[in-house]
Amino acid sequence: MSFSNEQLERYSRHIILKEIGIKGQKKLSAASVLIIGAGGLGAPAALYLAAAGVGRIGIADADRVDLSNLQRQIIHGTNDLGKEKAESAAESMRAVNPETRVETHVCFVSAANIGALIAGYDFVLDGTDNFPAKFLINDACVLAKKPFSHAGIIRFRGQLMTYVPGAGPCYRCAFKEPPPPDAVPTCSQAGVVGAMAGVIGSLQAMEAVKYFTGAGELLTGALLTYDALAQEFRKIRLPRREACGVCGSNPTITAPFDYPGAVCEVAP
Amino acid sequence: MEKYENLPAADAALDITDAVCPITFVRAKAALEEMEAGAVLALRMNDGEPVQNVPRSVKEEGHRILKLADNEDGTYTLFVRKVEEA
Ligand SMILES: [Zn+2]
Repeated sequence: MSFSNEQLERYSRHIILKEIGIKGQKKLSAASVLIIGAGGLGAPAALYLAAAGVGRIGIADADRVDLSNLQRQIIHGTNDLGKEKAESAAESMRAVNPETRVETHVCFVSAANIGALIAGYDFVLDGTDNFPAKFLINDACVLAKKPFSHAGIIRFRGQLMTYVPGAGPCYRCAFKEPPPPDAVPTCSQAGVVGAMAGVIGSLQAMEAVKYFTGAGELLTGALLTYDALAQEFRKIRLPRREACGVCGSNPTITAPFDYPGAVCEVAP
Repeated sequence: MEKYENLPAADAALDITDAVCPITFVRAKAALEEMEAGAVLALRMNDGEPVQNVPRSVKEEGHRILKLADNEDGTYTLFVRKVEEA
C-alpha cells in the first residue's frame, strides 16, 4: 500500500521525522489500539491516536457523558451530555480522522469479557480510574502477553508505565494489590486538575506511537511520575519482581479476576 | 540549458512543482521509499525555497545527490540515487 498525496499531507509531520518516516506511518496505519475508558486519560489519547492515523481504535466505556466530566474529558462536548461516552468519543475521533476505524464497546470491562476484548487489538491503553480495573487490565494483558500502557491521575499528580511482555515488570510487580477501598479517596472526592488528564493521557498516546514505530525507549522497567505543583517529572527504575503473582516465576494468578467493589465506577 | 546527454539516467520521475514545504520533501521521501536501492529519481521542483531545502533534506536522509540541473524555466531537476538505510 502506498499513501495518497492527501495522506502524505495529513501525516507529513510524522513522515518528515527520521524516527517515523513512511515506514513508521505505515506501521501506525496497520496498528490497532484498545482504549479502556473514554474519560480524562482516554480523551486526549484517543484524539491523538486517531489523528496519528492508527488504523483501528477500540474504545470501551459503559458510561454516559455527565456535566462533571467536561472539565477534563475534552473528547466530549456540552452537546454530548447524556450520550454514551464510547459513541461520543467515536464521533470526535471520526471528525478528526475519518481514515481511522473506530470501534465502540459500550460495556463495563470485567474478568468475564476482558480476554475477548483485548484479543482483538495490538496494544491496550488503560484509561480507567480505579484500582480493581487497573489490576484486572494488568493481569489480563500479562496473561495474554499483550503490551499495555498503565496510567493514573489524582489531584495534581500523575503516573504512567508501559508493560511489554518479556521486557520488564508489570503493574502488579510495583503495586502488588489494590489498596483497601476505604484507604483511598474516590476520584470524585479527591478531585483532579483537568490538564493533568491531558498531560498523562497524551504521554500514553506517545508510548503507543513509540511502541508501534519503534522510536526511542519505552517506559518499560520505569515509572514516570509527574507532580504538577512542583512541576517535576521523575523516572523511577522499576525491577521485575520474581514473586509477582501474575508475571513472577510461580504465578498464583492464572486467569483474570474481579476485585469486589470498584472504588469509583466513573471514568476519571 | 544542459545537454540531455549530461544528465544521469533516471529510473523514476516525480514532479513536485505543485507542492510547498514541507510536502515537497514528504513526497520525495515517499517516492524514494518505494524505489530499489541504487535506483535514480528525477525530481522536478521550483526554484527558490524547494531548491534550497529539498536537496539538503534528501541528503540528510542518506541518499546521494547526483546532479541539480537548471531547466531554465524556473524549475530544477534533482537527480537522487537511493541509498538503503544502514
Ligand atoms: Zn509482575
